[in-house]
Amino acid sequence: MINRYPLWKNILVAVVMVAGLVVALPNLFGEDPALQVTFEKSGKIDAASAEEVQRSIQSAGIGQSGLYYDKGRVVATFPTVEVQLRAGDRLREALGKGYVVALALEPRTPRWLAALGLKPVSLGLDLRGGVHFLFQVDMDAALNQRLDRYAADFSRILRDNRIRRNVRLDGRTVRVELADAADADKAFELIKAADPNLDLRREAAAEGVVILARMTEQQIRERQNFAIEQNTVTLRNRVNELGVSEPVVQRQGIDRILVQLPGVQDPAQAERVLGATATLEFRLVCDGENAFDAQQKGRAPMGCELYKERSGAPVLLRRRTIVTGDQLVDASQTFDQGMPAVSVRLDAKGGREMLETTKANLNKPMAVVFVEQKRERVERDGQVIEVPREEKEVINVATIRGVFSSQFQITGLDITEARDLALLLRAGALAAPIYKVEERTIGPSLGQDNIDKGITATVFGGLLVICFMAIYYKGFGLIADIGLLSNLVLLIALLSLLPTALSLPGIAGIVLTMGMAVDANVLIYERIREELRNGNSPQASIHAGFEKAFAAIADSNVTTLFAGLVLFAFGTGPIKGFAVVLCLGIGTTMFTAVVVSRAIINAIFGGRRLERLPV
Amino acid sequence: MEFFRKKTNIDFMGKSTLTTVLSLVMFSLSIGSFMVRGLNLGIDFTGGVLVEVSFPQAADLTAVRSQLQGLGFGEAQVQNIGSARDVLIRLPPREQADSGRLGQEIIAGLQKASPGVSLRRIEFVGPQVGKDLTQGGILAMVVCLVIIGIYIMIRFQWKFAIGAIVGVIHDPIITLGVFSEFGIPFDLSVIAAVLAITGYSLNDTIVIFDRMRENLRRARGVGSVPEIMNRSINDTLSRTLMTHFTTSLVVVSLLVFGGETLRSFSIALMIGILICTYSSIYCAGSTALYLKLTAADFAPVKKEKGEIDALP
Repeated sequence: MINRYPLWKNILVAVVMVAGLVVALPNLFGEDPALQVTFEKSGKIDAASAEEVQRSIQSAGIGQSGLYYDKGRVVATFPTVEVQLRAGDRLREALGKGYVVALALEPRTPRWLAALGLKPVSLGLDLRGGVHFLFQVDMDAALNQRLDRYAADFSRILRDNRIRRNVRLDGRTVRVELADAADADKAFELIKAADPNLDLRREAAAEGVVILARMTEQQIRERQNFAIEQNTVTLRNRVNELGVSEPVVQRQGIDRILVQLPGVQDPAQAERVLGATATLEFRLVCDGENAFDAQQKGRAPMGCELYKERSGAPVLLRRRTIVTGDQLVDASQTFDQGMPAVSVRLDAKGGREMLETTKANLNKPMAVVFVEQKRERVERDGQVIEVPREEKEVINVATIRGVFSSQFQITGLDITEARDLALLLRAGALAAPIYKVEERTIGPSLGQDNIDKGITATVFGGLLVICFMAIYYKGFGLIADIGLLSNLVLLIALLSLLPTALSLPGIAGIVLTMGMAVDANVLIYERIREELRNGNSPQASIHAGFEKAFAAIADSNVTTLFAGLVLFAFGTGPIKGFAVVLCLGIGTTMFTAVVVSRAIINAIFGGRRLERLPV
Repeated sequence: MEFFRKKTNIDFMGKSTLTTVLSLVMFSLSIGSFMVRGLNLGIDFTGGVLVEVSFPQAADLTAVRSQLQGLGFGEAQVQNIGSARDVLIRLPPREQADSGRLGQEIIAGLQKASPGVSLRRIEFVGPQVGKDLTQGGILAMVVCLVIIGIYIMIRFQWKFAIGAIVGVIHDPIITLGVFSEFGIPFDLSVIAAVLAITGYSLNDTIVIFDRMRENLRRARGVGSVPEIMNRSINDTLSRTLMTHFTTSLVVVSLLVFGGETLRSFSIALMIGILICTYSSIYCAGSTALYLKLTAADFAPVKKEKGEIDALP
């Protein structure tokens, strides 16, 4: 029979629509600004401790509107973002060490919906507020660090084997200068044993023999990959220390890392913690040398290096470091006799070194050096380039009073420095310096504004189209309108299922989809009108209209899909969001305009004698 | 309701000389404006710092300027955005260390001077990122054109493909021409809009081509090609206008309610829709005509083996 859908097709349409409605439903309830509390170590919290935390939240009087324990975390919701941010600071103070208090958005989804695993569309930073950073990893610095390490290793190995040598860096080559061929033979074997993969060459020099060591292409690639992977891990740790729910930390391209912190309102603090390269070194003081002399001469005695204390006074330290920052395994901020301090713990190797050094150097002074990577712009060959610069500062010189190994305290910092340093040491050092190449911070008021504007534009645009279709195509127009609304529901349902965040351009994509979605209906209805004008029967016209318009609908949608896919492939951030909506919209449009509208038309008009059609 | 009660019979192809000249003039003007004025590129492409703040009352721009001067940002552009309380501050890229911190410094400085100031947004784009985004944008356009060209070639015929690509280049270039002539801020979202227009404009052209293909096949030598093309454009005219009308409705809604962030994006869509309405009716078909499109291009291919074998 003409214009009847088989039962299975009608059931399919009904099932898809009901599922779409249910999945899209959570979006009606909205979200509350919230704080979530978990344990720092496990990232979760058990029921017993949760009760305790809930009690302290209640007694802290931070103005929460809801408080509950859910999936291993304590959640407190707030009426506004301002209250939430204030409460966050108070709560961190009240709970103290060991807890992470993170900013979050909690859906107001009813329990039964949440139990089905359904949630509203996740909102992009431009809609909910937050900070977006793009960091560039300094690959040259990553390589230079490795080369420095090689130079130091070779020097140590050769010294241990009593070979006279002079090791220095020449660009990306480590030059080992040796007195004669016999030494060179021995040195060559030792260096080869240390790292068999290095590209080693011997050359005769004016005095003696030189061994040139280079990293192979593969080693360079591995080192760079390591640097970026390591940095991603470190940044992730630091983000966790900052307390943000649903952060994004991901590698982008060859040498960039993207960090998104929803809800964070203080970009300066976030950047200070994320981008910091601060670490510590422990060195012995060069005893019995005059630092002021060295400063005047501008030259340090053998085996020593000139540093400055915070007061500006010069101090001479041994070249050899006892322990460096990457050997620190834990750190926390405490107080030592009322002074802010950082309590640190070393790994086994570091602890051993420290034990031996303190045993051998009792009652001698040792210095703690604060090392920070900074970048500055300099002009070189007429071009302005950024170069990394290492800033070292002695924060504390103290006499070794007793033997200690893996656990001790450092003083000499103010409270903010001590807290930041402890956090940094805990999260691990960056394998290579990073610097910010892009920042987008959206305040909470702008986020809300953007949501409101997006919704207004959607509602208004949608209503205009709906009214127009109803006027222009009468009954069939109303059916197109039902198709349009189903389209909106399905699109929102798909977006709720996907992890992609919805941004303002994404909303624009929804609005645009609504405008373009009726195109398919228009194509079909115009065809039906044409068939009717040609004197065909209403049933035959419906049938032919759908049949003939389909090729045009498919072709035209495929080209828009191409544009969307290209946008998705090349776009970043919000543009990608727009592309996702555009592509999904094409899929839902094809379904609603062709299948859903047809099902309705068949149900109403199909299989009976008609004099005329309301089209 | 119907726009056209009777079948329209407008001679579109007869005016093809006129429209070709018109298109060429608009095209050259756009390219000219592009070369002389250039686009008013946003910080996405140039790099730089942009800060938006909100004051509790209407903002005193002169005071803000002098505060910024005091902070060492004499070169900053200050303007209202959206309402009298919201202020947009733009800094050109600086050849200095740590230009990424400038936005945060501005906020801190302004908040010290007038404590009620709240941060709306900070955007900082380093010069290298700007370069990458520009290259990415251009690459996206090119890839998009190539893919679409190949698709039409497979689906239709090379003369149509060229016609469609001419239309597809025509529309964004004129859109960009309007952007440069009127100095409308060009940001990353405009590229998205232009690509969306590319897809949309094609969508239209294809519906018309689809009808031409159908009519050419059915005609079998009755009527000249321009007549059949006219017939096809007239057949689809009411659909073309309808669809552009409904899309314009939503774009106007975006333009009016979407706010500052979507302004350039909506303008690009609006201009693009107007131009592609014109180009899909006039340009694409004319180009195919200039390439001597004939009904034979669409004659069903006869696959009689003997005939082909008999050919020398």
